[in-house]
Amino acid sequence: MTAPVASTAPPPSAASGSLLSKLEIDVRMLGMLAALAVIWIGFDLLSGGVFLTPRNLWNLSVQTASVAIMATGMVLVIVTRNIDLSVGAILGVTGMIIGVAQVQWLPAYLGLEHWLTAPLAVLIAVTVGGLIGLFQGWLIAYLGIPSFIVTLGGLLVWRGAAWWVTAGQTIAPMDTRFKAFGGGVEGALGATVTWVIAALACGLIVIALGFARRRRLRFGFPVRPGWADAVIAVVACVAVLGAAAIVNAYPLPAGTARRWAEANGIAWPEGGLFIPHGVALPVLIAVVVGLIMTFIATRRRFGRYVFAIGGNPEAAELSGINTRWTLMKVFGLMGLLCGISACISTARLNAATNAAGSLDELYVIASAVIGGTSLAGGIGTIAGAMLGALVMQSLQSGMVLLGVDTPLQNIVVGAVLVLAVWVDSLYRRRIK
Amino acid sequence: MQTNGTTPLVEMRNISIAFGGIKAVDGVSVDLRPGEVVGLLGHNGAGKSTLIKILSGAYKPDAGEIYVNGAHADISTPRDAKRYGIETIYQTLALADNIDAAGNIFLGREVLTPYGTLDDATMEAETRNVMARLNPHFRRFKEPVKALSGGQRQSVAIARAIYFNARVLIMDEPTAALGPAETQQVADLVLQLKKEGIGIFLISHDIHDVFGLADRVSVMKNGKLVGSANVQDVTQDEVLGMIILGKCPPGATPGPGAS
Repeated sequence: MTAPVASTAPPPSAASGSLLSKLEIDVRMLGMLAALAVIWIGFDLLSGGVFLTPRNLWNLSVQTASVAIMATGMVLVIVTRNIDLSVGAILGVTGMIIGVAQVQWLPAYLGLEHWLTAPLAVLIAVTVGGLIGLFQGWLIAYLGIPSFIVTLGGLLVWRGAAWWVTAGQTIAPMDTRFKAFGGGVEGALGATVTWVIAALACGLIVIALGFARRRRLRFGFPVRPGWADAVIAVVACVAVLGAAAIVNAYPLPAGTARRWAEANGIAWPEGGLFIPHGVALPVLIAVVVGLIMTFIATRRRFGRYVFAIGGNPEAAELSGINTRWTLMKVFGLMGLLCGISACISTARLNAATNAAGSLDELYVIASAVIGGTSLAGGIGTIAGAMLGALVMQSLQSGMVLLGVDTPLQNIVVGAVLVLAVWVDSLYRRRIK
Repeated sequence: MQTNGTTPLVEMRNISIAFGGIKAVDGVSVDLRPGEVVGLLGHNGAGKSTLIKILSGAYKPDAGEIYVNGAHADISTPRDAKRYGIETIYQTLALADNIDAAGNIFLGREVLTPYGTLDDATMEAETRNVMARLNPHFRRFKEPVKALSGGQRQSVAIARAIYFNARVLIMDEPTAALGPAETQQVADLVLQLKKEGIGIFLISHDIHDVFGLADRVSVMKNGKLVGSANVQDVTQDEVLGMIILGKCPPGATPGPGAS
């Protein structure tokens, strides 16, 4: 029984089937991409062509990063049938702590603008965020307090703690190197780096697809047709290279470019200098976090347990899974991601304020839910949640671009959230 | 009890457990030998499921001991039970509905690649092998088990129990949700496993089911053992009397619950 032999010939894959099923593409995900396209094109038309410009898309990507990173963790939390209402407050208190750390504590030992300040600040952020998350996870998993209550309490506690760190004072400015985490001019990686990253990504996509295919062939499992794999590879690579081209089409502002030219001893030409932004560091971080979280959720034992707990907690327990420790780790991971997001939003603002991250919990949860995470547990994808974050941010910045009042913005975002979940539930009922 | 000389595969001695003052299982002793099928009978709420959940590690007993192959066994988690080769097919099947067949069969015992990632290809290949034996028509390896029929779900649960070379198999109402053809399949499987020397506890409230398959029956009522008997030594009516009235017939060995 243990001999790994493909003794039973696998059935040929169903001859019939639509194009989509041949490509094995998630129809839901395709629907979300379509919705995003509609939103983008709609705003572009309404704003007279301002929305779909490299500049706006670059800003959009930077604005999405913080919420998208937290949304990847929220997927796992919601998949286990829990909720975390405290993520914005954890971001707030962590942001305050690293603000004070790099403005007051670390300079006392290292001096101002030391190269170690930024890495230490990040380390402090993920440690503090992770510990807060683990503590809340312990209360939920081992003391059996409902996560709604623990994190509702956490929302108040950590927001209060954020105020407490400096008695409400705002801390500014941040360390220069640290500011790169916020994007902006310091965090723009430039054209060359962007093209290199894009090329590496394309290479990895092709290798990963080929590896997966070879593996299935070795076991004699049905594989999708070769042309389908090729189409997927081409589409993915075009998307990556297209994104790289867009961020490289957005030049640094003239003043910054001139300062850069002077600093590097380059003569300022008559017509100005076109120095592309390239991908922003926070966006790169968000993409890497998304990939790592997807890997954890789908390729690691931990991820399998998280989904098993969400699908049937009793079955998970009876299978010998340590459900409590798994749950505690999920919340720890959530806190750690809040720490990363705290770095990004603090750096972006170039200041630590105790109000940072206010209402983020709602945007994070909404992103996960719009991205197809089921509040009943057991269902959700990291990529979907990040796409959800992009949809939310697109709506918001599109409305800002059109000059829509803030109250009306909130009304629209709220309505879209409800609408998205309704459409999703219709879709699920239909495929059942 | 029996004059069979072999050491029992499993012996549960004087097991008791109470939930909030109610004794769900009260001083029950049962045993199981290699290649033997023991039917555990009783009304709903008689304590059968609770008793086997103690053996499978889901509950910790308040009192009593478990012996595996004559040696004292410390079973306090499902993982412990599996280490002793005790596998359970629960009445609810205990499947994670959102995960595919391979994921469920290997849940908690995943095969990993040298890099520490899930080796899904190997697990799927093994699943295809074991399912080819249990349910040759099974094709839906990539779908979450939610999408499967009752019989298919049942075969996934059975595959999970027998794949890891179980020595003791606990089947809690294995045919309750099945049609006649599938019930027959389960019966065939029980006989086949019995031939392989696996001991089986068969929990059921359907006395006909049990009489067809079991070598011995143990009857519980109100958490207590009414008695145990070889199926040749008692009639179905007598066993019915044990279940309903707690009356132990002459062919059976009475337990503490006999009236």
